[in-house]
Amino acid sequence: MSHGTAAAPHVHQAPTGFWKKYIFSLDHKVIGIQYWLLALTAVFVGMGLSLYMRLRLAWPSGEFPFFGGAQMTPEMYLALVTMHGTIMVFFVLTTAPQGGFGNYFLPIQIGAADMAFPVLNMLSFWVTFVAFVVMILAFFVEGGAPIGSWVAYPPLSAVGAIAGPGQGMGMNMWIISIGIFCLGALLGALNFIATTLDMRARGMSMMRMPMTCWVWFVTAVLGLLAFGVLLAAGILLLLDRTAGTSFFVPGGLVISEQLIDHKGGSPILWQHLFWFFGHPEVYIAILPGMGATSQILAVFSRKPVYGYRAMVMAMCGIGLLGFLVWGHHMFISGMSPYTAMVFSVLTLSIGVPSAIKTFNWIGTMWGGQIRFTAPMLYAIGFVSLFISGGLSGIFLGQPSLDLYLHDTYFVVGHFHLVMGVAAIFGMFAGTQYWFPKMFGKMMNETMSKIHFWVTFLGVYAIFMPMHYMGIVGHPRRYADTSGVDFLAPLQDMHVFISYAAMITIGAQLLFLFNIIWSMMKGPKASDNPWEATTLEWSIPSPPPFDNFGGRVPVVYRGPYEYSRPGEAKDFVMQDEPMK
Amino acid sequence: MPPSMVDEFAHGNGDRLPPGTARRVYHTGMWLALIAISMFFIAFTSAYIVRSGLGDDWQALSLPPLLWLNTLILLASSYTLDATRRALLGGQREACNRWLMATVILGAGFLFGQYRVWQDLAAAGIFLITNPSSSFFYLLTASHALHLLGGLAALGYISIEALRFRLGPAKRTLVEVTAIYWHFMDGLWIYIMLLLWLWR
Repeated sequence: MSHGTAAAPHVHQAPTGFWKKYIFSLDHKVIGIQYWLLALTAVFVGMGLSLYMRLRLAWPSGEFPFFGGAQMTPEMYLALVTMHGTIMVFFVLTTAPQGGFGNYFLPIQIGAADMAFPVLNMLSFWVTFVAFVVMILAFFVEGGAPIGSWVAYPPLSAVGAIAGPGQGMGMNMWIISIGIFCLGALLGALNFIATTLDMRARGMSMMRMPMTCWVWFVTAVLGLLAFGVLLAAGILLLLDRTAGTSFFVPGGLVISEQLIDHKGGSPILWQHLFWFFGHPEVYIAILPGMGATSQILAVFSRKPVYGYRAMVMAMCGIGLLGFLVWGHHMFISGMSPYTAMVFSVLTLSIGVPSAIKTFNWIGTMWGGQIRFTAPMLYAIGFVSLFISGGLSGIFLGQPSLDLYLHDTYFVVGHFHLVMGVAAIFGMFAGTQYWFPKMFGKMMNETMSKIHFWVTFLGVYAIFMPMHYMGIVGHPRRYADTSGVDFLAPLQDMHVFISYAAMITIGAQLLFLFNIIWSMMKGPKASDNPWEATTLEWSIPSPPPFDNFGGRVPVVYRGPYEYSRPGEAKDFVMQDEPMK
Repeated sequence: MPPSMVDEFAHGNGDRLPPGTARRVYHTGMWLALIAISMFFIAFTSAYIVRSGLGDDWQALSLPPLLWLNTLILLASSYTLDATRRALLGGQREACNRWLMATVILGAGFLFGQYRVWQDLAAAGIFLITNPSSSFFYLLTASHALHLLGGLAALGYISIEALRFRLGPAKRTLVEVTAIYWHFMDGLWIYIMLLLWLWR
């Protein structure tokens, strides 16, 4: 905490050198774009891994490129499962919506020149970047990447290479990477909360903040409370592995005909610690998408967000409940049925705030003069995916049903729709909506719409059949089930899903091309191309270094003044004084 | 706030952020950091309580007596740091520097004392992996020591500024947030002691 920034943390001069301007920048906008680019890189890595998983599942005896002409071993498949999940959850879903868009737009939307702690902000990005590098390096150490999936359950994650090729050095790398990531996430969360509480412009009361600022705030609170717990759990796991302690490894454990020299620990303890973090993590991933959706639906329906106050309450309710439901990931861990029932009731009660949000999104669109632009399509897509994925959560939240559905493809279908793809659609929507502001160019609308429809139909084609497979009883995390009698008839469905995945992944290349093409050749964006009301649209595209060009904005209005009777235009900016 | 009030507020006092924002964000930031640190130790605590109730391998660790002396030293350092802060506010530079030096010495003394505790335990054959109770003892004391080391580094920086007589009122915020952190580490240590002492 240097005294130089203590004097005036919100003011710093525009740097001129390359390194300070683009690499170790203190500017929240540059850092936001760095996070966004990191997530973009990570999402293509994670997607590439899933493509290999789909190839293996559809054609178990096939030979694929980059495997030296050999078939993919089941262990390699598990390594792909682990790294796909880890990279997607941490480096995409946690990174882009909050670190990327949040960093770029939170200060601007509340009328600040920067985040509360610019140096910490830079550090949190670079710490996250190092975590990503360490995670990728896990592929290249002896034994390769870990094979215990993103939840890294002990005892197999705690005993070293005897539990599988990637459980040696690869698992160490995984834990170290996640530990570093936790530090970055904590620094980021602290910064977001302090910025929201203390850096708002005059007139920008909490209840005048755009929905996006509210979600970034609530997400940061979740992160601040959750990542410390994961860090602590990671340290215990690393000690079990390297120092020989027995926090998680039970006594008398025999692996590969060898007695493991630990005693008395509990693998269930890890599950509690992990899911105490893991469930809020789900909301860390999805809440920013909810905020972007609320924002975009209002802008393109030309109506205020329906029930703003209820939306804020619902979001806080989801955040709070998110900390009380971790046990629903552990119904089959041998927990008492009474405990399970408490977790179940709390889990199902999340349906209330979720329904409020869904109802209000539809209420926002109801009777509006809807403009079906690309960002709007993705936002509507988000609502669709959130409903589809959320409904199956009601099944899984009941212990009696979960006992059967646990660890089947039903779960895979559920969480991919509701937290994976819905959150990704939030990012698509955010990218489409804010691209003109970030880069000063409009994205190509035709390419965007083609990408939307292929992706939207594609993800349903991929994940809907998985619900059916799960109900049939197909377990997840197996590289090949074609030899199992009752699952063999499902092989054609695997092939269908893999084709759908290939087409959907192909469409993402179009998205990438659209970004690059639009940056170079896209038509110039005006200051406010969407005719929106929040502060980021009151400044040039892209914004100047200090955001408001020396001016300090004053806010006079709420964030959603659309279609007000008696006004000349159908929108009124937040910083436009009352008549 | 009604719009007319906003207007009045806006045109009243120039167009910068209200004065004191910097001070406020540093205080907010410190409290948030303390919440995050609390969650970290709460996670260890829950693991401690659960693990102590599992199996039959838990052997209660008798706390080395030196810990009580260390506790007194740390409590004294909180007192001297508060005296530092009060002397700084009162403009008594020399008194401020004296109290500050005392705090640094006491803080370093606590860490050295903890090191001696670990040495004594090791000499008695009690290591990290000897028993889950000793695992948690080393884990909790080392985690606390690491956090305290951060506080000591901040105090070291403040001392250098103080000895050069550069610790003016502009540095007040730095001293304040460091003091908040230090007192919290003091409280955290009392908590850890009670946990290790009462939940054996």
